[in-house]
Amino acid sequence: MLQDIPTVRQTAVYVYQAPVRVWHWVNALSILVLAVTGYLIGAPPPTLSGEASDHYLMGNIRFLHFAAAYVFAVGFLFRIYWALVGNTYSRQLFSLPFWRRRFWRELVHELRWYAFLEREPCKYIGHNPLAHLFMVAIITVGGLVMIVTGFALYAEQTGLGSWQDELFGWVIPWVGQSQDVRMWHHWGMWVIVVFVMLHVYTAIREDIMSRQSLISTMISGWRMFKDDRP
Amino acid sequence: MASTETFYEVMRRQGISRRSFLKYCSLTAAALGLAPSYAGRIAEAMETKPRTPVLWLHGLECTCCTESFIRSAHPLAQDVVLSMISLDYDDTLMAAAGHQAEAILEEIRERYRGNYILAVEGNPPLAQDGMSCIIAGRPFLEQLQEVAADCKAVIAWGSCASWGCVQAARPNPTRATPVHEVIRDKPVIKVPGCPPIAEVMTGVITYMLTFDRLPPLDRQGRPLMFYGQRIHDKCYRRPHFDAGQFVESWDDEGARKGYCLYKMGCKGPTTYNACSTVRWNDGVSFPIQSGHGCIGCSERDFWDKDSFYDHVTDTHVFGIEANADRVGIAAAGSVGAAIGAHAVASALHRTKQRDRAQHEEREE
Repeated sequence: MLQDIPTVRQTAVYVYQAPVRVWHWVNALSILVLAVTGYLIGAPPPTLSGEASDHYLMGNIRFLHFAAAYVFAVGFLFRIYWALVGNTYSRQLFSLPFWRRRFWRELVHELRWYAFLEREPCKYIGHNPLAHLFMVAIITVGGLVMIVTGFALYAEQTGLGSWQDELFGWVIPWVGQSQDVRMWHHWGMWVIVVFVMLHVYTAIREDIMSRQSLISTMISGWRMFKDDRP
Repeated sequence: MASTETFYEVMRRQGISRRSFLKYCSLTAAALGLAPSYAGRIAEAMETKPRTPVLWLHGLECTCCTESFIRSAHPLAQDVVLSMISLDYDDTLMAAAGHQAEAILEEIRERYRGNYILAVEGNPPLAQDGMSCIIAGRPFLEQLQEVAADCKAVIAWGSCASWGCVQAARPNPTRATPVHEVIRDKPVIKVPGCPPIAEVMTGVITYMLTFDRLPPLDRQGRPLMFYGQRIHDKCYRRPHFDAGQFVESWDDEGARKGYCLYKMGCKGPTTYNACSTVRWNDGVSFPIQSGHGCIGCSERDFWDKDSFYDHVTDTHVFGIEANADRVGIAAAGSVGAAIGAHAVASALHRTKQRDRAQHEEREE
């Protein structure tokens, strides 16, 4: 019976520092709120009857959206700060080893792993190359696009001359007109929704099938490896 | 000489009483969002300043701007500004025609070099050497460039002159081009709308003539006092929007009760104009008040922004037309299905691998 218990030593590395973990979950929550309320702003719930003064449904939906947007934006700024003062892995969101051949080779390996063409995946302390690419493209670049377009639209109600307008008002004429910015902001929501689906699925799958811990790492900060092979 | 008269003299000549004149001044001050004390300044300016000539050119357009302008509610605005312009040049409204009319352009250009205002209704087509719009035997583009060369400032009337409007809508066969892309060395004030509101038009002209300077403009060159806020910001149906009370289909209970037209594709939230405050035809009504959503006629390329009746409109890019919600739901659905399939495949794969590993172990 004793042979069935694996005898491998579990090594662990401290990867995600506490602020990064807190940011991850706060960010996840704000994205959830932003996507749901954002969709409802585009396609409001069925009409309510009675006096207009009895309800404030759209007002509340929009308030939640703006409040979550501020959390998201402040979190984004904080995350940039933490990339400067945090450990190596905290900088991955803002740097892509685009010119390193090994990165692309490992990315192909990762793709083949998902296509069941590789027996086992490589081990990574930080993000695997595929995850790294998606994080930079969706969370960093995508997040920035959503912040810029979102604040440009928000500036429409805070009014000309407000700081939101001073900082982001140029976006609307640059893109075309208000309707265009709305539509791109809306497209951005769907891109993020699809990303979140993939992210959650791969995190669970890798936690089970890869040679390292995933979900518990974003809670405890420690990356655990299931074997000692390279 | 008519051309050196002041506004006040013109008004008096037209039989307007001083009392009416002062009323006009205070109304104009209010319309421009100025303090009451400015009424006196407007009166003084109109009494003392020699009036500035306005030349009104017509390119590719439908004359709806002129139609709107002559309906300016306040009779004095209409009489004063209109008589002033008809003295100079506007081929739709002036009495002169043919060579006589064209001679006026030359004369004003010579006599008021750098001191007249050029108002442009419509825009020049640039394709086929401008042959799609011929004025007095020459492409409109030439007339526009000549008259603009000596003007003080340009007013771009309506969405045609400001953005291009319907003749510039995809695929824009004549290459109709908004004025600011043709006249680059003069300040261009955009007064968009299809047409712009009459009082907005007379308000802008009055501001420029009395204060002798351009009105404060936004980033895109539109006068702030009329285009600083969206229709939605000042809409009388806004409380229904905030409450979540919408017209869901034409003729439903919400439509009868005057709920918000957001779901019917009202472009009020994306349109900068003064309709919800100034309204139309002497403040009688405006589209939303009449039960129809705003179509966003004062916004850039509003013809190309797809349906007037959808809130989430189609996006056109790289020649493809797509709706964010339809594509998004389809993408999320197919990605979800793919995830499910991949999860099942992963589980099977893992079981197979484990079986094989156990098999190998046993063989050893």
